[in-house]
Amino acid sequence: MQTKTVNQKAWFLVLPVLVLVAFSAVIPLMTVVNYSIQDTFGGEFFSLEDKLMWFREMLESQRMWDALGRQLMFSGIILAIEVPLGVFVALNMPKSGFWASFCLVMMSLPLLIPWNVVGTIWQIFGRVDIGLLGNTLDALGIDYNYTQDTFDAWVTIIVMDVWHWTSLVALLAYAGLKSIPDAYYQAAEIDQASRWKVFRYIELPKMMGVLMIAILLRFMDSFMIYTEPFVVTGGGPGNATTLLSIDLVKMALGQFDLGPAAAFSIMYFLVILAISWVFYTVMTNLDKRGM
Amino acid sequence: MAKITLDNLAHSYLPNPQGEDDYALKELNHDWADGQAYALLGSSGCGKSTLLNIISGLLHPSQGRILFDDKDVTHAPTAERNIAQVFQFPVVYDTMTVHDNLAFPLRNRGRDESYVAERVQEIARMIGMEDMLKRKARGLGADAKQKISLGRGMVRKDVNALLFDEPLTVIDPHMKWELRTQLKKLHHDFGHTMIYVTHDQTEALTFADKVVVMYDGRVVQIGTPDELFERPAHTFVGYFIGSPGMNLLAAKVEGDRAYVDGKEIPLGGSYDTPRGKVEIGVRPEFVHLTAGEGLPVRIRRVEDVGRHKIVRADFFGTEINIIADEGDAIGADMTRVRFDPGHVNVYADDWRVAPRTRQEEAA
Repeated sequence: MQTKTVNQKAWFLVLPVLVLVAFSAVIPLMTVVNYSIQDTFGGEFFSLEDKLMWFREMLESQRMWDALGRQLMFSGIILAIEVPLGVFVALNMPKSGFWASFCLVMMSLPLLIPWNVVGTIWQIFGRVDIGLLGNTLDALGIDYNYTQDTFDAWVTIIVMDVWHWTSLVALLAYAGLKSIPDAYYQAAEIDQASRWKVFRYIELPKMMGVLMIAILLRFMDSFMIYTEPFVVTGGGPGNATTLLSIDLVKMALGQFDLGPAAAFSIMYFLVILAISWVFYTVMTNLDKRGM
Repeated sequence: MAKITLDNLAHSYLPNPQGEDDYALKELNHDWADGQAYALLGSSGCGKSTLLNIISGLLHPSQGRILFDDKDVTHAPTAERNIAQVFQFPVVYDTMTVHDNLAFPLRNRGRDESYVAERVQEIARMIGMEDMLKRKARGLGADAKQKISLGRGMVRKDVNALLFDEPLTVIDPHMKWELRTQLKKLHHDFGHTMIYVTHDQTEALTFADKVVVMYDGRVVQIGTPDELFERPAHTFVGYFIGSPGMNLLAAKVEGDRAYVDGKEIPLGGSYDTPRGKVEIGVRPEFVHLTAGEGLPVRIRRVEDVGRHKIVRADFFGTEINIIADEGDAIGADMTRVRFDPGHVNVYADDWRVAPRTRQEEAA
């Protein structure tokens, strides 16, 4: 008979992870929770009579609802562009040989550029006076100015995001496509399936798993995007491109309203969590039932 | 249904093949008769899949022609050849129902729905999946998926040939037998021309009317299972088919006598003295252990495999296998072997030499 020996030393092995998670997630999150139920004046905290006052105020704030609306619009638009475009690019990439590697490297390049650099690139690129894009459009007689015009500002940040992140979707979709055995294409040819049917019944189902991950990643990333639009438009013109995180930072660091900002970021976090969870559950169930 | 003719066919994967060694498939002329079941048998890399892919049109041969009913299809794409193929790994359209899977080739060809529905019912009955038509193909077992891909092939009435590329590789052993039997029955009932690629001799011999044995890019013998067993045309056939394979002994042949290590062995026919590397081949089934007559052997071990015993013995320095009946007692005095003269084949440079006289037929 073998009995389990009690050995509490195992805790030491878990400890590094616990410490790491505590400092990276638990403690900061609890600090935010702490702020959200207190009031602050110049660094001193006072307990609130109504503990949920900031939450209530935030839920009634039109400014926050507007920012949320803009945020949903932004995420919706970039997903609607990046996912089909990424799949389209993946379908047209060479499957092997020198050009396959070449494409992979070229596609990875935007992914390697830091956010604020991407922002700066596009900020200069779009300037009417010295930017290649802005100046060219101006020379062509197209009225384009992302600092003045809401529509232009939106087009700029969306094109920027598409440029930066479509590669990610394309690379994931490409990996999905590469995993399809040749026999499927041969069988489809024998069955005289059209190109569209090959896509619809072979490639799309086989890509579904990776596409789901791509959509989830792109949704989460775009929903908390900050640096790029902030560097390009600073949230303007007016509040036209003030997305949730930009507004949050304005409130917390600009106005030093730590309490409302904390309440707001907790709700922000819960929204992302809820949407991701719903999304994930729906997708996995679809997968199980076989679409 | 169609007769398939291979005319002067050869294939090399290299752009500029020089010698014969560069060809994955060496020159080949053969007619696949309409409605026959063939097996393409050989070990990995012998060129059998290359040949199958040329017939299905996935590969274009470097030389020669391929004809379906005397129509040249050498350069026709797969879709125009009207063939069906079942692959090693089951190919089904996961997101469709079984019904839609079976209907797919017909719908793609624009047949009207009432015909499609009727035909799908018919095929579902043939492959025994009538009660599963409404299910999604995803989540079915490998054997069910292989049946669907077979059904997808047979659903077209005008299909020229059904090609199978090691279709039972991923099937559980107990289902293999059932599927093979079903396949054989389908062939019997509907008479499609079938070409079945495999490296498993049992599959090949039980399935096919004619077995095409390939070795090193070359077809070494085409024959009925019986012919392959009785008169292997090449030492590879002798070795590859049968369990254990044929015994090969270096020998000298003169007239109707062979000499192994100077000892005389009677043959079933009379031969012109063959040149090159001369060997005699005799299957373990036709070697008998005796107490008195024959030539001496040293028995190394006896394996009882249930139905019979396999005796491994040393015969003038060469290991030979002998099959003895389950009931035979192998006594200490059984130190000699006798070969059935009618079942001793003579090989020169690995190819069988036919006897001058036709005594072997009588033997």
